[in-house]
Amino acid sequence: MIKGNFIDNLPKVYGIYTGGFLGFIIIMSIAEQMGMTAKTIGICFVAFTVAIYAIIGYLSRTAQADAYYVAGRQVPTVFNGMATAADWMSGASFVAMAGGIYFKGYGYMALLVGWTGGYVLVASLLAPYLRKFGCYTVPDFIGTRYGGNLTRFLAVVVLTVASFTYVTAQINATGTIASVALDIPFQYAVYVGLVSILLCSMLGGMRGVTWTQVAQYIVLIIAYLLPVFWISNKMGAGFFPHFMLADEVSRIAELEAQFGFVKNSAENLKEVPKGLAGITKAHSAVNATPWAFISLALAMMMGTASLPHVMMRYFTTPSVKAARKSVGWSLFFIFLLYSSAPMLATLSKLSLIDPSLPTGIIGKSITDVQAIDWYQNWNQANLMFVSDFNGNGTLELNEFFMGGKAVVLATPEIAGLPYVISGLVAAGGMAAAMSTADGLILAIANAISHDVYYKIIDPKAETAKRLVVARVLLVVIGFAGATIAAMEIQGILGSVIWAFDFAMSGLFFPLVLGVWWKRANREGAIAGMALGLISGAGYLIWVRTGGSGFLGITQLTFGIFGSAVSLVAMVVVSLITSEPSAATQRMVDEVRIPSGRSIIGKQ
Amino acid sequence: MSKQSQHWEKTRGLLIMTLAIWFVFSIGIFLFGAEMNEVTGPFGYPLTYWFTCQGSLGIFVILIFWFANRQEKIDEEFGFSERGDD
Repeated sequence: MIKGNFIDNLPKVYGIYTGGFLGFIIIMSIAEQMGMTAKTIGICFVAFTVAIYAIIGYLSRTAQADAYYVAGRQVPTVFNGMATAADWMSGASFVAMAGGIYFKGYGYMALLVGWTGGYVLVASLLAPYLRKFGCYTVPDFIGTRYGGNLTRFLAVVVLTVASFTYVTAQINATGTIASVALDIPFQYAVYVGLVSILLCSMLGGMRGVTWTQVAQYIVLIIAYLLPVFWISNKMGAGFFPHFMLADEVSRIAELEAQFGFVKNSAENLKEVPKGLAGITKAHSAVNATPWAFISLALAMMMGTASLPHVMMRYFTTPSVKAARKSVGWSLFFIFLLYSSAPMLATLSKLSLIDPSLPTGIIGKSITDVQAIDWYQNWNQANLMFVSDFNGNGTLELNEFFMGGKAVVLATPEIAGLPYVISGLVAAGGMAAAMSTADGLILAIANAISHDVYYKIIDPKAETAKRLVVARVLLVVIGFAGATIAAMEIQGILGSVIWAFDFAMSGLFFPLVLGVWWKRANREGAIAGMALGLISGAGYLIWVRTGGSGFLGITQLTFGIFGSAVSLVAMVVVSLITSEPSAATQRMVDEVRIPSGRSIIGKQ
Repeated sequence: MSKQSQHWEKTRGLLIMTLAIWFVFSIGIFLFGAEMNEVTGPFGYPLTYWFTCQGSLGIFVILIFWFANRQEKIDEEFGFSERGDD
């Protein structure tokens, strides 16, 4: 059903889809005018978009290994860029990033630099070479380049640890959104989210995920940009916020100086519901040491280049050349959202704290604020809280608390946008979380089915059997992730950042040196992956259990320690053991040039 | 074989240049974050703030496309580019 012809018609197909989605938004806003309730609008948005993804997933079903694992290697550059951007931007990016910037300012923005700068490493060090290699999965590269089942197996272990940490957070996010939009308890909503995720990936594997991710990108970018532009215009801040918010940024700095950052006593803070925070850090001033900023950015960049669900997207392009360009397009599409998050944070903060704006609440009397409709809604949702600590009856900056998610979720309502926008934002958040979860679950299931089952356990398995195993694993891993997500162990962002650190600890240097250092051998790779992962994880446990850490490496940047150990171990062990065989060295030479057949295809 | 090592030599040169630019805008400038933020940057934002919101991010996008084009030229020069289009 979806064949060659479909590829040629992609711009048209997705053009119609985008038009249809915009039409749907308009219909919903008319329905709102005619009295449709907020709840129904939310349900319509989530149900409609998820149904579309499920249809795409069904249409992309396949029985071929090539289509299942790498989408038939025919995804055009720009569309692969969109799919990668959706794959990349998680529920956390969508829902929590603007909130992080809002509360933590400069120190947090290291993540923006890190999560984009990493793509330079992907493009220049890895993606084109791994594409030339012609592998199905990242461990496939490690296993073939270094040889032996142990290397392959260790790569699967690192991949699983990193991706699984990440995927629970994503399933958690789909559950949160589904529970709010559909008004069902979180424990069930998690499984609703999981079923939606599996609908996209189970029948079509990578092919299904690719075409749903493109659709999800379109939804999530519209859902993010439309409110930002609308709010900016409504506030009179400028019709193109990215270029026009300098006055607002300096106005916030002025207000911060005027109000001051009053520190609350521990006793007062006990009153504040868990998970909410006040504004305690400057908005645009530099509030972190250079090393705190740089180490976090560096960890995220190296983690980006080691996360398998991103890397495997570049296995789907038609050529090496296309893989390189595609990284550029990916980052461009990511840039559209990331550069908007600080603007949203600025607009959101100013609209709340500027007493001269109609929406400003600081300086108003506490009872007035408590009577505002949107305050009551978000207070009930446990995302907003005010309390008169100093007893003067007026709301001060240090007496106002908000959840990180509220910046994205509540700002449209505060600015007085129609409810249809809130429904749209819910659909966008769902798209962001689903697309990332799909990519991750598929990365784990493919690595286990292809590298452990097919390459190690049963190399003679037929394609049909391999694909059954792959699908069973997909469901099992999804359920395991959902079950852990339902237990609500860590916050969304903590676990996301750990995934980057785990990935870079175990995989960054084995991957990079596999291409760039011919002398790297099997023993070195084994040492690099095993010691890197163990020392990284050990450092995390040490810091979490009260260890003081060293060199300013925190639990968010433990990958810097892990990858340093990995590098040293890999170089030392490689040098004291014999150099790789002539055949392996020839293979590396082949990988380094784009022309000619792929390495794995040859065998 | 020597054609191949020449190709690799140039590829490595391009990598070093790319990583040098990457280093400046992802790490280098943030060593001086506090000092730089005193300066007014593009569109009137404080300079360091602008780099974290837009500047560095945008430069990375341009850098990758620039890198991809240069690498294609190198591949063509030595006849290692793929047949067909993308």
